[in-house]
Amino acid sequence: MLGRTASSLFWMSRYQERALNNTKLLEVAYRNSMVSHNGNGETGHWNFALASSGCAYDFGQKNEEITPKAVINYMIFDKDNPSSVRMCLENARNNGRSVRTGITAELWEALNTTYIEFSDVNPQSITQDKLPDFLAWISQRSHLFRGALLNTILRDDGYFFSQMGNFIERADNTARILNTQYWVLLPDNDVIGDGYERTQWSGILRALSGLRSYRFAYPDAKLKAFNISEFLILRKEMPRSLAHCYDWILDSADDLAQFYGCEDPSIQMARELEQDLRSLRMQEIYDRGLHDFLNDFISRNNAFAQQLSKDYNFA
Amino acid sequence: MGEERSFFNEMQDEAGIPRAAYEQLVSWLENKPSNFLNRKSREAETIFRRLGITFAVYGAHEATERLIPFDPIPRIISAAEWRRLSAGIEQRVRALNAFLHDIYHRQEIIRAGRIPADLILQNEAFLPEMVGFTPARKVYAHIIGTDLVRVSENEFYVLEDNTRTPSGVSYMLENRETMMRIFPDLFQMHRVAPVEQYPDLLRQTLESVGPDQSKSDQTVCVLTPGIYNSAYFEHAFLADSMGVELVEGRDLFVDQGKVFMRTTREPKQVDVIYRRIDDAFLDPLTFNPDSMLGVPGLFDAYRAGNVTICNAPGTGIADDKAIYAYVPDIIEFYTGQKPILNNVPTWNCSRPDDLAYVLDNLEDIVVKEVHGSGGYGMLIGPTASKRQISDFRKILTANPSNYIAQPTLALSACPTHVASGVAPRHVDLRPYVLIGDQVRITPGGLTRVALKKGSLVVNSSQGGGTKDTWVLED
Repeated sequence: MLGRTASSLFWMSRYQERALNNTKLLEVAYRNSMVSHNGNGETGHWNFALASSGCAYDFGQKNEEITPKAVINYMIFDKDNPSSVRMCLENARNNGRSVRTGITAELWEALNTTYIEFSDVNPQSITQDKLPDFLAWISQRSHLFRGALLNTILRDDGYFFSQMGNFIERADNTARILNTQYWVLLPDNDVIGDGYERTQWSGILRALSGLRSYRFAYPDAKLKAFNISEFLILRKEMPRSLAHCYDWILDSADDLAQFYGCEDPSIQMARELEQDLRSLRMQEIYDRGLHDFLNDFISRNNAFAQQLSKDYNFA
Repeated sequence: MGEERSFFNEMQDEAGIPRAAYEQLVSWLENKPSNFLNRKSREAETIFRRLGITFAVYGAHEATERLIPFDPIPRIISAAEWRRLSAGIEQRVRALNAFLHDIYHRQEIIRAGRIPADLILQNEAFLPEMVGFTPARKVYAHIIGTDLVRVSENEFYVLEDNTRTPSGVSYMLENRETMMRIFPDLFQMHRVAPVEQYPDLLRQTLESVGPDQSKSDQTVCVLTPGIYNSAYFEHAFLADSMGVELVEGRDLFVDQGKVFMRTTREPKQVDVIYRRIDDAFLDPLTFNPDSMLGVPGLFDAYRAGNVTICNAPGTGIADDKAIYAYVPDIIEFYTGQKPILNNVPTWNCSRPDDLAYVLDNLEDIVVKEVHGSGGYGMLIGPTASKRQISDFRKILTANPSNYIAQPTLALSACPTHVASGVAPRHVDLRPYVLIGDQVRITPGGLTRVALKKGSLVVNSSQGGGTKDTWVLED
């Protein structure tokens, strides 16, 4: 397989995942701005979306103030924002298009139709009241993409690279969301637990599609900072937790090592990260410092992605 | 616009009696409900859009991928007609390859005074870098798309030879697939020669010209400029259906005179490159130094005999519009036979006498740019407005050597689905020829149709469509 093909499959999945993550962040900002008028007020919720997606600084360079309209436009439609939904969908499609020989007709159709229909949308027409439906549509298209991929693609090296791209992005996203508001996840806050904290917590869970599953995973169903953190970092059964992401990455790493008959440095890095997440307990993470832990994770996750592209000649 | 000229109707004679090849199709169509073809056209369009069969239009501003309109009524060619046509095509492609070998070696045809030396040596399409080099099996143009038009029962004219990188073969294949899906009953009624073997034959042809024929396992790849190229879909389609890698320039590198692909593991040596980029972009070290599409050192590896490039660099000279007028001489010179297919008489506007004639007769003739393609920059006198003709006169007078002119041919017409039902529309034909260890011509080819009534321009960039082309078996 060409190194460029591996790279395209990796980035196709990664961009599609990023589009989904942005959508989730905006959903939460939109919802919380309606239900809560405490704390940082409305701007705070939109700022949460900007900060979690890592584009708060660039947004500030282009916009004087944080308004819902400006944030929506920047995170969904702006061509200058490399992580906007538009650019993610375009990049995902272009990567898929450049490896047309490596993907199935079903997968291409899912990618291509999303792109064509998104391109037909006039940004002015997505007013705040239309936002939830539009975001739900993008989510559904992302799920269709992933379903088509899982159901149709050949389980060879190309598949393994696509999974790495998907879950490296997801792990990065989850860690950033946690890090953006890590202070509300410190156990000291459990005693506060006022309305504002509650909104923040449920917001984080919603952004990671985990509010309902949290209630099943923790039988008393009470929102507690300790449990929420554990759920999103260490509980493998939560599909957006760091542990789940690395569980999946490790499977792909094992398969890849077997496929090529060779243990490359990146494979070793994946093993170490997975091992840490599997053996750590939440209390240890708090003892080390949640913020430090998350920073460290983000940079190791990133280093793993870079090593991967080096080991397999991503162009 | 003048009255419509008379033309050859491929479906029926002057009395309206269907010709033999069309008999069954005509009675089949007669029994269909009125909205039948509309429905089938929509079905076909959905199939094409899903598959992503699009082409890019240069110069358009916004989202530049479009579908080429597809006409659901097949064009039918009888077995006898095809035998004659394919004999003529084979004669022509053999002669053109012999011509290419000659002008890059002893240049006998110039010595014999059959072609002026300047026309070749001063031609931009002539590559001095190719002089003295002999590609595998002495084949230069491995893939040729011969553009033909028909003007009567037995008269075919060759418009262009397309010896560089002819495109459109993916439409020939996808049109057939789509037709088999929407009209299975028609295929039961006719014995249509298949085309689906083309990708296998293409791969066989490419493997047969590998530089080292003792190697049992030739690595072939398709070299594309990338996803923004107008024919990118076709590049991916061909690589996919041959089962070979689709590469961009940056996926290849040259080491010690050999060409390699960058893979996720060890570099893999490449034996044959089916390139879909122009000569000028192949190798920035030898040709255009600004090219980002090519591979530095590729041409040296080629000349060292370590890789075969298909078509060979420098084949463009064989389909140059100024050389075109000499093709009948070329055929006679190298084969000793009379040409089977006609050449269109051509006026070369760089000659004062020819230019004077052309300027006097702009209303009746077609004027084309020597290096143009895609139907851009041309004038079709009989259908042009007075204003268009006077504008073109200025452009032509300013730079006459950039143009050639030909009489307007009365292109034949085939039944075509239009708003009012079924009506004749003008067509051309591009059969695809493969030249390697043998000459292989896929029966049929791509029929392009001018969808506008009376129009003679069949190019997809100018509103033309395509049809499935059937060659009937005896």
